[in-house]
Amino acid sequence: MSSSTGASLADELPDPDGRPPLRGDGAGTGRRGDRLFAGAATGSGLIVIAMVVLVGLFLLFQAIPAIGEDKVNFLTSRQWQVSARKFGIVQMLWTTVATSVVALVIAVPFAVAIALFLTQYAPKWLSGAAASLIDLLAAVPSIVYGLWGYFIVAPKFEHVQSWISDVFGWIPLFDRVGGVGGGTTIFLAGIVLSIMVLPIVTALTREVFNQAPMAHREAALALGATKWEMIRTAVLPFGKTGIISATMLGLGRALGETVAVLYILSSLPEGSKWTWSLFNGGDTFASKIANSASEFTPGLGTGAYVAAGLVLFVLTFLVNALARVVIERKKAFTE
Amino acid sequence: MAGPTDFIVWKAVLLKITRIGRASGLAVAAALALSACGSASNDDSSNTANNSGAAASSSGGSGSSADTSCFSGSLSAEGSTAQQNAITQAISSYQAKCNGAKITYNGTGSGAGITKFIAKQVDFAGSDSALNPDKGEPAKAKTACKSDALDIPMVTGPIAVSYNVKGVGKLNLTPQLIAKIFSGKIKTWNDPAIKAANKGVDLPGTKISVFFRSDSSGTTDNFTNYMNTVDPANWPDKHDKTWKGSVGQGKAKTAGVASAVKATDGGIGYVEWGYAIQNKLDMASVDGVKLTADSAGKAVEAAKVVGKGKDLSLKIDYKTKAEGAYPIVLVTYEVVCSKYSDATKAKNVKAFLSYMASSEFQKQLTGVGAAPLPAPIQSKVVESINSIS
Repeated sequence: MSSSTGASLADELPDPDGRPPLRGDGAGTGRRGDRLFAGAATGSGLIVIAMVVLVGLFLLFQAIPAIGEDKVNFLTSRQWQVSARKFGIVQMLWTTVATSVVALVIAVPFAVAIALFLTQYAPKWLSGAAASLIDLLAAVPSIVYGLWGYFIVAPKFEHVQSWISDVFGWIPLFDRVGGVGGGTTIFLAGIVLSIMVLPIVTALTREVFNQAPMAHREAALALGATKWEMIRTAVLPFGKTGIISATMLGLGRALGETVAVLYILSSLPEGSKWTWSLFNGGDTFASKIANSASEFTPGLGTGAYVAAGLVLFVLTFLVNALARVVIERKKAFTE
Repeated sequence: MAGPTDFIVWKAVLLKITRIGRASGLAVAAALALSACGSASNDDSSNTANNSGAAASSSGGSGSSADTSCFSGSLSAEGSTAQQNAITQAISSYQAKCNGAKITYNGTGSGAGITKFIAKQVDFAGSDSALNPDKGEPAKAKTACKSDALDIPMVTGPIAVSYNVKGVGKLNLTPQLIAKIFSGKIKTWNDPAIKAANKGVDLPGTKISVFFRSDSSGTTDNFTNYMNTVDPANWPDKHDKTWKGSVGQGKAKTAGVASAVKATDGGIGYVEWGYAIQNKLDMASVDGVKLTADSAGKAVEAAKVVGKGKDLSLKIDYKTKAEGAYPIVLVTYEVVCSKYSDATKAKNVKAFLSYMASSEFQKQLTGVGAAPLPAPIQSKVVESINSIS
């Protein structure tokens, strides 16, 4: 569509190598449509920012009184007994981070490999169909993953787990844990989470790999590179920042996943022995909050859970900020 | 999870069918009744409520809907999830008889129910425990009602000690054994102490896996109260809604515990009776007494009424020596005003609760994993309900 502002449609599209699109001098025509659209866009942007700030403030105001009443150190204690006013988050923090990291360690290499296959190796008819199938994985409700993990996978997984413990038990992460049976461990929760995260990471990396400039790829091939060398020299470097941001989005999903984790993970009794093992049970922030939600009554008890939610909020925020820093640096190097 | 709702839906359908069947007979009876006493319709509700216990047998096969007093209008209640199945069942049966009645019950937890009741947002509350003077609940409820609030015991929910040990279909535990197993002092099934209580049963050396509720729950509260009462030496922690034990694995909700026990050889856990039946779990006897509707009712019968006047809060005697009583039971209450400021509300609450307390409905309770009230308590409950005005 030819526009009245003098910019053509082609100008709005991003350059193949990721540069921002050409911009006008910002001068509108001052017509009503222009002003309405500018207003709506600015408004939406502001609302999003306001929402995040308000969520943060809500969490903070609800959490502060509870933390003030806390009888143990909020950040370093493992005790979580709401009725005794003991709120310590270490165990939950560890479980949350451990399940998410396991999920990403499994999901990201898989997702990158799938994306490479779909964009570089697969014939066109296949890549379209396969891509939408993988996207379909994202549409499966998390409760289904939870039930599947708990009823179908966990009993079988117990044997795998005990084999890993036998062989790699000398690594603290794979130490055998006596109290938790039936395969309902951090490790299994991580595996199920990795399946849930996979479609998100795959979809994003696929998009990025698709945009790898044809000129670079053809140049690499013209210099005699094999397909794999072409991918390594032209596609992967181009997609690096994309992979990182996809990973961060996936991490966000894994950190916040609730119902699936709730069903799979066995909770630990109060005062159980600390272990670094992934074959232990536990609660993530989200699963602990969801599990207790039915008994929330206004007051300090609820405040304690809100405080736990605040930690999750801050954690996600930090991880995203870190990712941003990494991406900016990568950009600075490549340009 | 689909089980109880399916059951309730079917029950409602069946009731509808039988209702249509007897409608013709009923029309004749109703016509006779009308001609006999034309002006009786006004205090119709209190009359029938008074008779509900006795009249059920006298009216016999002609259909008991004659002694259920109906109301048209709405009634809202909220609270305990432990009695949710029972009350949902009561609502659907009652509505099958009385078309105009709109009754809702939100299972949001006892605490939430009482809070809503005190805030006058619901007409009555369902609760796992009587109003607690330590929290000032009776006083607050009195202010809200402008009259004393009553705790009326209605649904008995036995707690089953369910286990899964290959080849052991019958297991007997003593109170001490229960406390020792759940506190981790006994670790294998062939422990001499368990053997001593189960002569002639071949117990394997399987490791005992304890499962507990990871969420906050009235079932945990009652079960730990039981252990703390019968064996404080082995279970020193006071009762609490969250598990205080130091062994075991936590599972979400009763369903989680039930399925974990079912899936684990050597597993043991405490679940509401209904879930144990649904999941076909083996249930341990306590001191030789099997868990049945009858044995649970005996424990309620042995309970002491500690409420004053028409208030019927009960104190369950966990150490009861009553013959054939299964002691681990949880009684849930309906919390009502003794005098409602709105007379229609009073009439509606009375009509519905009278139906719940009737023998006709109490008999249906076993279907949803609850035990009927024993006769002596039931008659007190009916009396209490009738005093509501």
